[in-house]
Amino acid sequence: MNEKPKSRGDLLFSLMEKFTPIIAIIGALIISSAIILLIGEDPIQVYKMMFGLAIGNRDGWGNVLFRATPLIFTGLAVAFAFQCGLFNIGAEGQVYVGSFLAAFIGFSFTNFPAIILIPLTIIASAMGGALWATLPGILKAKKGIHEVIITIMMNWIAASFTFYLVLIYKAPPTEAMKAANMPQMIPQTSEIALSARLPRIATLLTKLNISFPSHNPLNVSFFIALIAAFAIYYLLWKTTLGYEIRAVGFNRTAAEYAGINVSKNIILAMMISGALAGLVGTNEVMGYKFRWRQEIFINLGFNGIAVALLGKNHPLGVVLAAILFGTLSYGGALVNIYTAGKIPRELIMVIQAVIVILVVVSDEIIKRILLRRKSIQ
Amino acid sequence: MIENIFRPDFFASAIRIAIPLTLAGLGGVFSELSGVVNIGLEGIMLTSAFAAVAATNFTQNVWLGIAFAAITGILLGLVHAIVTVTFKANQTVSGVAINLFASGITVFLSWMWFHESQIMVMYKLPFWGFPIPNPGETTPLVRSLIIIFAHHSPMVFLTIFIVIISHFIIFKTPFGLRIRSVGEYPQAADTLGVNVSSMRYISVLISGGLAGLAGSFLSLEQAHYFVKEMSGGRGFIALAAMIFGKWTPFGTFGAALLFGIGEALAIRLQGIYAIPVQFINMVPYLLAIFVLVGAIGRATAPAADGIPYEKGMS
Amino acid sequence: MAEYLIEMKDISKSFPLVQANDKVNFTVKKGEIHALVGENGAGKSTLMSILYGLYQPDEGDIFINGKKVIISDPNKAIENKIGMVHQHFMLVPPLTVVENVILGMEPRKNYFFVDLQKAAHDIKELSEQYDFKIYPWSKIEDISVGIQQRVEIIKVLYRGAEILILDEPTAVLTPQEVDELFKILKALKKQGKTIIFITHKLNEVMAVSDRVTIMRNGKVVGTKETKQTSTSEIATLMVGREVLLTIDKTEQQTGKIVLRLEKVNSLNQQRYAVLKDVTLSIKEGQILGIAGVEGNGQAELVEVINGLRPITSGNIFLYEQDITGFSPRKIRELNIGHIPEDRRKRGYIADYSVAENLVLGSHYKPPFAKGLFINFPEVNKLADRLINDYDIRPASKDNLLKSLSGGNQQKVIVARELYKKPILLIASQPTRGLDVGSIEFVHKQLLLERSLGKAILLISAELDEIMSLSDVIAVIYEGEIVEILENKNIDRSRLGFLMTGGGSPGKYNTKQDTLVG
Repeated sequence: MNEKPKSRGDLLFSLMEKFTPIIAIIGALIISSAIILLIGEDPIQVYKMMFGLAIGNRDGWGNVLFRATPLIFTGLAVAFAFQCGLFNIGAEGQVYVGSFLAAFIGFSFTNFPAIILIPLTIIASAMGGALWATLPGILKAKKGIHEVIITIMMNWIAASFTFYLVLIYKAPPTEAMKAANMPQMIPQTSEIALSARLPRIATLLTKLNISFPSHNPLNVSFFIALIAAFAIYYLLWKTTLGYEIRAVGFNRTAAEYAGINVSKNIILAMMISGALAGLVGTNEVMGYKFRWRQEIFINLGFNGIAVALLGKNHPLGVVLAAILFGTLSYGGALVNIYTAGKIPRELIMVIQAVIVILVVVSDEIIKRILLRRKSIQ
Repeated sequence: MIENIFRPDFFASAIRIAIPLTLAGLGGVFSELSGVVNIGLEGIMLTSAFAAVAATNFTQNVWLGIAFAAITGILLGLVHAIVTVTFKANQTVSGVAINLFASGITVFLSWMWFHESQIMVMYKLPFWGFPIPNPGETTPLVRSLIIIFAHHSPMVFLTIFIVIISHFIIFKTPFGLRIRSVGEYPQAADTLGVNVSSMRYISVLISGGLAGLAGSFLSLEQAHYFVKEMSGGRGFIALAAMIFGKWTPFGTFGAALLFGIGEALAIRLQGIYAIPVQFINMVPYLLAIFVLVGAIGRATAPAADGIPYEKGMS
Repeated sequence: MAEYLIEMKDISKSFPLVQANDKVNFTVKKGEIHALVGENGAGKSTLMSILYGLYQPDEGDIFINGKKVIISDPNKAIENKIGMVHQHFMLVPPLTVVENVILGMEPRKNYFFVDLQKAAHDIKELSEQYDFKIYPWSKIEDISVGIQQRVEIIKVLYRGAEILILDEPTAVLTPQEVDELFKILKALKKQGKTIIFITHKLNEVMAVSDRVTIMRNGKVVGTKETKQTSTSEIATLMVGREVLLTIDKTEQQTGKIVLRLEKVNSLNQQRYAVLKDVTLSIKEGQILGIAGVEGNGQAELVEVINGLRPITSGNIFLYEQDITGFSPRKIRELNIGHIPEDRRKRGYIADYSVAENLVLGSHYKPPFAKGLFINFPEVNKLADRLINDYDIRPASKDNLLKSLSGGNQQKVIVARELYKKPILLIASQPTRGLDVGSIEFVHKQLLLERSLGKAILLISAELDEIMSLSDVIAVIYEGEIVEILENKNIDRSRLGFLMTGGGSPGKYNTKQDTLVG
């Protein structure tokens, strides 16, 4: 039982263990290159376009961060649940419900002043998500039913349910529609009150005399996301609640034996996770579209899974991974436009999936190499 | 009212709805009995649904379309097996990645190859079995039975055949005994010279192939087109059926029929009462949740389900 | 004909962080019972796993009948007529005896199908030959541990093994079952089989073996003819120094009753009674040992006292306070210490640091919590103190617990449970899997608590441990306390008799031992 000294190689590999996401990203770009080559395009050109356009100027950066914002929320949601040993693939549904509740508050209480309505709408956003995550949490904690299947089912139910609600609270026809005697055909809600809207970054920067394109959608929600990331970090590693949640995640039985209420922690972790997902409403509803329409939310929750895994379930990692995926997403959309649809934007989804697989596989490979090095003197 | 619902074609449609759930659920049975959780069934179904349509339209042969769907499923199963058996990575994560991949690649290729997001199927499988007799030609009972059981796509009969074969493979053959032992206690199997990895590989490949067939049924037989996300959570509902069916082929088939009846019922009820279509759409998912709650205490998963096998760890 | 049936020459094997075998030489003669002894971690199991093809040696050769063989996997071992009965039975619980026996070499009929009937017939024949009393169609999960072990032996014989390796076969058996096992071993020897028998119990070595090989720290330190050696010689070789095989226990004045259980009943998830009318009490300054075959309700008893398992009727008192139905946390707050069995699963969080583990369970209250936050300076202060007091190595509070040795992991748990001076200590299998030094440490701590007037509930599968530490012994069988005895001049075989249901007249276990085919 002699501990063996660490060699330089060991240090190299333990460093690599921390940075497997980078290996995965490089691997994913190589595999995607192969796909792009198969289509008959030049991968270098495509990547140049993708990254050059996305982060080449302020407008690009703004768009990237705007697209990163919901992914920070959903990435944090998935990562937080992971820390409690739960796999919340229900962020998608929690996003729908949370953001709808935000929109509902936003267009219902139009006479409230901003100082009340904005916090209220933010809270509604989180509450909606938390609410939707509660049932899977309870079923997991009390009945031991695997959260993965339940949360997936809840996603589909949320999609149908919010679609039903949006038809009930459909926006009235516009003046032009009325003139043409046409009903409102788009399934979207009315706009939320002006006093429920979050300021755009462009507005703030212009006040400071910094030039920033006024049409850029980046808004204050991005800062809410950063605050959420900080809060989650503190919660997990500095508080007793975080201590308990992670203890449950690492070893449920030992936690229970130590007098920790496992059920309570599981349900709470699911609710906090759901609340984080629900906060997507602050970006898409309060800061961007000012109304609820299902299609703007599609896949944000699922992409949060990739973000969380790439970010190694750590808030800082999640923020960085979300920015990367924001870049891919915006760059992918631009490439799609610039190549006149020759390279569909769904390429980005494929890249994301490959990244996820490569992250987990490279994690295991490095772990094994480290173990083997330890056994060979 | 009621007699207007429970007509022979109601049961026939319940069976048709149950077919893809049964096939994918059987995929789950093989995979999980060997100890590998496969939530990638959903994505495998979706990708295979696309592959089936693409191959059918390219080759002008539906059977080749089905074959391609199965091969696609096996290939994705291979990915899952490499990631989870060889590299021993988290099985749920791998499944999620397959689902993400499926959502992306199917739309990507739809645009690449067909330049549209909904692809119609140009060829159809023949109906097998008896033609439906005209009323009066036979007794109503015989006519009903023919509608329910005998007038179906070949894939319906194929599925029932696969259910029966699977039962025998799992419970009566050496191969099945080894699969079950590997999923319950891989160390024990290993000490007797049973190759845990290859058993798991084979099981996951079978699982992929079956989910592939399920996907081909969705696009070729149920919808007659491919559209993005058309699997609609059926891979997960199939897992619920597998759990409710206690990880057995017949049990899974029975649970799938339950889902078929539930969904068919919801569709009929909608025609009678003006229930918003969104609520009808929720029925399969609500049913899955109820079924899972109902399955508690009835059955337990294989003991080593979801746990990578590490040699020398006891 | 070679002198030795098996010859293992210069075998070396290392694992991450451990050199398990270091140039080991090991020989076995045909037809002998050869005991292989050593402490936990001495390398016995590794050596045998190499012989059985589960591991490949880094260096060294194996000869069978003088011929060099390479045993690349268990199939090769079986070809060489080697069979192994593992310490943790390699039986698949939901499968039947016959399915377990034939797994991996299934007889077939009609090419595709398993011929279960033929297999069952063969198994019955084997069973009758050695008087095993095995019914081929029972499920493993329904039969007793003793019978399961016979299934393991049948499994090996079914494969035509001439050499049987038994890894700690007596660890899970009652004294009576041990006697029967020895009869079986002698019968096998008479049939010309060769047996390698791994153990760390020296009386067993003397009782059954012809020769004995002793290992320490991955090396062979001696091979002896059993008749020409003694337990003390073997023990000295095993540990590397003179050891006292007895524990020094002084008389101790007992005080008030600390823990009292009154007619406690509990059901498991399948609504099957796991505790039946359990009544017992422990006084200050007293160690109450629970003797019983594992799985007879010991774990449930501990869970009930700790509030981890609901009870259906009865009461639990701590001093005069009725604590029935209290939450685990509330019970901990009454200052009950608990060293749980299976520490890896229940005792600590492997991915938490030593410091974090030392406050597990008291992390939520001052001084370790300040409002909603963990008060890290206080946590670290405690950790530094306990690491010093309990000699936890390596002496760093920031090491993850999974990087510590088993003995030091247990020290962390013992420190955590004892520093608060509990009024009642529950110790469940507290020395399992530990080396001799750590065992001594734990035993000393328990006796120290006793001398401080604490009440101690000791649960152990090692009858020796129970008998040497306890003041009072309660025998548990099928969830029932069948007898409570003062620990004075107790006859081992009487205990064994009670542990197998001999003390509960009319309630002889019908499900298990009577299943004769």
